[in-house]
Amino acid sequence: MKSPRIIVTDPTLRDGSHACSHQISVEQIRRYATAAEAAGVDYLEVGHGNGLGASSLQVGLSLVPEREMLATARACLKNTGLSVHVMPGFATANREIANAIEVGVDLFRVGSHCTEADLTQRHISYVRNAGKEAWGILMMTHMASKDVLLEESKKMQSYGAQGIVLMDSAGAAVPDDVKQKIGLLADKLEVPVGFHAHNNLGLSVANSLAALEVGARILDGTARGFGAGAGNAPLELVVAAMQRLGYECRADLYKVLDAGELAEELFAENLPVSNSITIVSGLAGVFSGFAKPVQRAAKQLDVDPRDVFVELGKRKVVGGQEDLILEVASELAARKKHNGAASHK
Amino acid sequence: MKVAILGTGNIGTDLLIKVLRSPWLECRLFAGRNLSSPGMMKADQLGVPVSSKSIQGIAERHADFDLVFDATSAEDHRRHAKIFSELGLLAVDLTPAKIGKMCVPAVNLEECLREENVNMVSCGGQASIPIAHAIATANKDIEYVETVSSIAARSAGPATRINLDEYLCTTEQGIAAFSHCANTKAILNLNPAQPCVHMQTTVLAKIKSPDLEKTRVAVAAIVLKIQEYVPGYQLIVPPMIENNRLAVMVRVEGRGDYLPKYAGNLDIINCAAIAIAEAHAKKKAAQPTAANRIASSHEKPTHHRH
Repeated sequence: MKSPRIIVTDPTLRDGSHACSHQISVEQIRRYATAAEAAGVDYLEVGHGNGLGASSLQVGLSLVPEREMLATARACLKNTGLSVHVMPGFATANREIANAIEVGVDLFRVGSHCTEADLTQRHISYVRNAGKEAWGILMMTHMASKDVLLEESKKMQSYGAQGIVLMDSAGAAVPDDVKQKIGLLADKLEVPVGFHAHNNLGLSVANSLAALEVGARILDGTARGFGAGAGNAPLELVVAAMQRLGYECRADLYKVLDAGELAEELFAENLPVSNSITIVSGLAGVFSGFAKPVQRAAKQLDVDPRDVFVELGKRKVVGGQEDLILEVASELAARKKHNGAASHK
Repeated sequence: MKVAILGTGNIGTDLLIKVLRSPWLECRLFAGRNLSSPGMMKADQLGVPVSSKSIQGIAERHADFDLVFDATSAEDHRRHAKIFSELGLLAVDLTPAKIGKMCVPAVNLEECLREENVNMVSCGGQASIPIAHAIATANKDIEYVETVSSIAARSAGPATRINLDEYLCTTEQGIAAFSHCANTKAILNLNPAQPCVHMQTTVLAKIKSPDLEKTRVAVAAIVLKIQEYVPGYQLIVPPMIENNRLAVMVRVEGRGDYLPKYAGNLDIINCAAIAIAEAHAKKKAAQPTAANRIASSHEKPTHHRH
């Protein structure tokens, strides 16, 4: 049986925002968007790492205003759709979504923490009423069982979501988890199901292929894995592996490889690497976007960033709770000082 | 002072417990729509007069009280506000309707006593506005103020979830009004972790040249002031500078009256509502009417401390 064509979504210019502390420039957007259009990815996602309206002191201020980022990408895209990430709690319908519609965004990927899908109801309806495409995104999916994920994605489907993507935001999943969760959703939902990987445990490509194997029809990948933490599934590897396994997609392998080369040049200083911090982060199950702020706070307060991740994991923090990094690091610093003082007595 | 509570959901019922504890307030009517709702049954058990006729019940019995807490919805309060005004009732609005003056007791209690209708902003607003205000009094050239609240997912009911955008806008307006900084942003996170997390609020500010020492003094002073009416309000990260931003973090543990302790977000807005109602009661008691002269010859109740 011939498998259906896979929809490839490329959030290089959105997830990659985390990798460079939200300093993606207009020039980088213009050059990469042009390459993505040529590569033939179905959607290019652009914006702040936490999506619309998330440029903030909490998560990090974007170098380029949201509207300008989107307009720059829009001007470079023709057959590739322009997509944005939307998290209710950061973005409002009347302000940020309305603006994005005005700039010409095609697809709104409205996300929530994996157990809080009802937060997306208004935003998904708003997008659909405006005649645009909306998908539901469940984030941090390692924190919920497959049955809970099914229930939450059914809610999003009932609000009008035309696709559901499970994000392994912490890079904490192994292929068996992905098969169980994606398999159930692909079986029970009416809309196509997708997967978004992070590479903290080095499993981003394996997890993406596991998702395809059990029926995923949407796959996220970023050029050279340019994304939060240890990065995403590298787009060039995913597309190559899909070709090897006989999955069809609109993207052209050589052009995707070219986009990867370009990304290597454009984002040279911030390409994600696997290191002890990203590994501990994955094991602790903490949102990959915390990598940079944790390293910064740990350095300032002179504590081990790995301890910060372990403590954040114990607290079951979710995406958006970056302020807790400061609290946890301050607490660890105070404890360290106290222990140091005690040992000198 | 005799009061009524309109709305018998979680907020209304928690308010009732707080009113019953207050030495200054007496609940003369608990009005809603459904006599068999958990809140209504609780009120009945506690011997409080109840009505299922909602605003009509308030209108019929309005001579029995001077002040109404409205814990219904923004849409309903827009209708109710006019009726309260016509009946000569003071209104403390816990919905996001924003008809009356925004009231944050630690900052503008006195001014609010002149208003017939006050609005309690939002839970995140009650936690963050006093801090933003303290930062504003201690620093010049504040470019931007942001507030982030994280609350337990279980403390956010369907109304909160569907009205997330309104919450953000209301909180941003509140921060702007009290910090005199036009450029503000509010963020809300729901955390489903078990056991449930306490409400935490962070205030972040961009200031050209922050005066950290002065900010610390101002924040410490306002925290003491808030603790007078919100006993579970704690400063967990005193003002610090990190990555070119000023950060202050507080946690709110609820009293666990009707709602569980983790629901500090609901507790703080109710505590603030009680504070303004008690202030009205004290003001009324201080007016030299014949009845009060007799009352004042007895020992005055002291403000409850916890």
